[in-house]
Amino acid sequence: MLKITEGSHAVAEAVKFCRPEVIAAYPITPQTHIVEALAEMVANCELDSEYICVESEFSALSACLGASAAGSRVYSATSSQGLALMFEVCFNVAGMRLPVVMSIANRSLGAPLSIWNDQQDSISLRDSGWMQVYAEDNQEATDLHFIAYKVAEDHDILLPAFVCFDGFILSHTYEPVDVPAQEEVDAYLPSFKPYQRLDAADPISMGMYATPDYYMEFRYEISRAMERAKEALKRAGREFDEEFGRDYSAPVEGYRLEDADTAIVALGSICGTVKDAIDEMRGSGRKVGLLKIRSFRPFPDKEILKALDDVSTVAVLDKNVSLGSGAGGALGLEVKDALYGSGIEVKDYITGLGGRDVRKRDIANITDLAESGKGDMYYGLREEVL
Amino acid sequence: MVDKSLELFDPGHRACGGCGPALAARLILKGAGRETIVVSSTGCMEVFSTPYPETAWRVPWIHSLFENASAVASGVEASLKKQGRSEKVVCICGDGATFDIGILCISGAFERGHDITYICYDNEAYMNTGIQRSAATPYDASTTTSPAGACSFGNKLPKKDMPGILAAHGAPYVATASIAYPADLMQKVERAVNTPGPCYLQVHTPCCTGWGFDGSKTIGLSKLAIETGLWVNFEMVDGEVTKAKKVVRKPVEDYLKMQKRFRHLFKPVLQKDEIAKIQAIADSNAEKYGIDIRV
Repeated sequence: MLKITEGSHAVAEAVKFCRPEVIAAYPITPQTHIVEALAEMVANCELDSEYICVESEFSALSACLGASAAGSRVYSATSSQGLALMFEVCFNVAGMRLPVVMSIANRSLGAPLSIWNDQQDSISLRDSGWMQVYAEDNQEATDLHFIAYKVAEDHDILLPAFVCFDGFILSHTYEPVDVPAQEEVDAYLPSFKPYQRLDAADPISMGMYATPDYYMEFRYEISRAMERAKEALKRAGREFDEEFGRDYSAPVEGYRLEDADTAIVALGSICGTVKDAIDEMRGSGRKVGLLKIRSFRPFPDKEILKALDDVSTVAVLDKNVSLGSGAGGALGLEVKDALYGSGIEVKDYITGLGGRDVRKRDIANITDLAESGKGDMYYGLREEVL
Repeated sequence: MVDKSLELFDPGHRACGGCGPALAARLILKGAGRETIVVSSTGCMEVFSTPYPETAWRVPWIHSLFENASAVASGVEASLKKQGRSEKVVCICGDGATFDIGILCISGAFERGHDITYICYDNEAYMNTGIQRSAATPYDASTTTSPAGACSFGNKLPKKDMPGILAAHGAPYVATASIAYPADLMQKVERAVNTPGPCYLQVHTPCCTGWGFDGSKTIGLSKLAIETGLWVNFEMVDGEVTKAKKVVRKPVEDYLKMQKRFRHLFKPVLQKDEIAKIQAIADSNAEKYGIDIRV
């Protein structure tokens, strides 16, 4: 049933239907509305979870790690500095192969302090072993939680997952969202069955240290699981479509790409603006399309190559920057890698950092720049710094 | 009563001969029993007991990071509660993980009142990384980051009062123990794990490598720490000291002179003033906990 709701509340509803047994939460803008909503559900006996008000994000994810190891489905949410504080635990959760799911209401990282949106926070954890999926709108943000749990907990995968949705732009925006019913979610997402757990009846040691004789193989196993996750995400997306009629089976999604000469590649909510800009440009006869990346980890390199095979120019929008790489963002660098040797011209545009608006006219300007061969640059800077 | 004849910490691990913490691990598990989940911090004990694919632990055991054992334990406890399971959750962590880097997580876990027992094996420095000073290092001990030298007698600061800090959090049971008194140690562990709420136990565990003494003298040295008043075995219930081990005190020199970390107080010249300051610490402990047996 469609209802008009705030993005954070839609996500909280989705999380409730996933029946997390332990939630560990710490407030940070713009994520806070999610954990507030969950606390209210627990207080009203609508959600039967152990809710731990931890003293930091570092402890939030550490508590999730412990609860997951003991055999519970767990949940947390964070943003920005909170995710940065979790950095050490993030690598640990992935290394221990615990299927933790966490919502990231994407926000920039200080300094300077900024509460506003970009995607530097989750992108900075790209090498941590967490799957990362990005939502374009609140319907997708909601639905990706069900898919994330299903794939994370698959015994062939056992990797944690970030469900990323843009802070404020999605988290604080009211949109019509179809939140499924509990029975429908139960039919899609089975109850949590840990691969192994801390149990006095069957003692195991978890989180042992590895010498150079063994360490590399643990990392290799994570890489292999990440490869398998590509198929698992497609499968879970297809099954979701069968159950709910919304298709998330593809890790990338084209929009008016069939006959496009120029393709814009982007992650997250900006894709909505890009689609509107494309419609306008199409109206004036320009052959522009969008390739939206839903899954950033695992990275769908082959699908990107296939989808962009017929375009001549690619403009990548990055709401993050890999400082020191020239004007390169993580997505741009990886798209260039995926298209290496194809002869397709790829230009990267760092834009929308720290919550700066990116409008339809900016997308049109970036398209002009790409088609005239100008790129690998910051777009939308104040003139006094140029 | 837990069956204390059970051996739940296996031999064959990689600890030094005469390692105090290894003996503590064995005694702690005897006191806690088989129905226990152990959460360890990074440190000597984690490293000597679990080189993949070997483990010394016969109970479920988890290690995550240096500073987060009590937060991990919070999650384990919450999960067990939700599942209706009855295992006891016991953190076993070194003094660096407890006094220094992990204190935020410990404070949070104790404030929230999780039903966990946090045991610090206190060997009074960062031994795993090569004997660096921690907030548990005693006054004048020479470590690799507080070395004695021409213008230094070693660590300039007193030991942090962790039991007092955790008692102030409202912990129902806080105690100190020593591997020199195994029956007392096991009994305190058993009491802690059977007391609802967060309990804290600090166990004195001499480190032959870090303190510089022969591995055959570990127990004797532990006893001397108690007999000089430099370590006090006590119990606090609801913030009040209810019991402390009484002794006929010996001079602190008896304890100090056995250890290389205090050698600079005796050679090349006897540092009477410094030893007097350490004697004053022992006297103050004796006064605070009322441990003196007058003869």
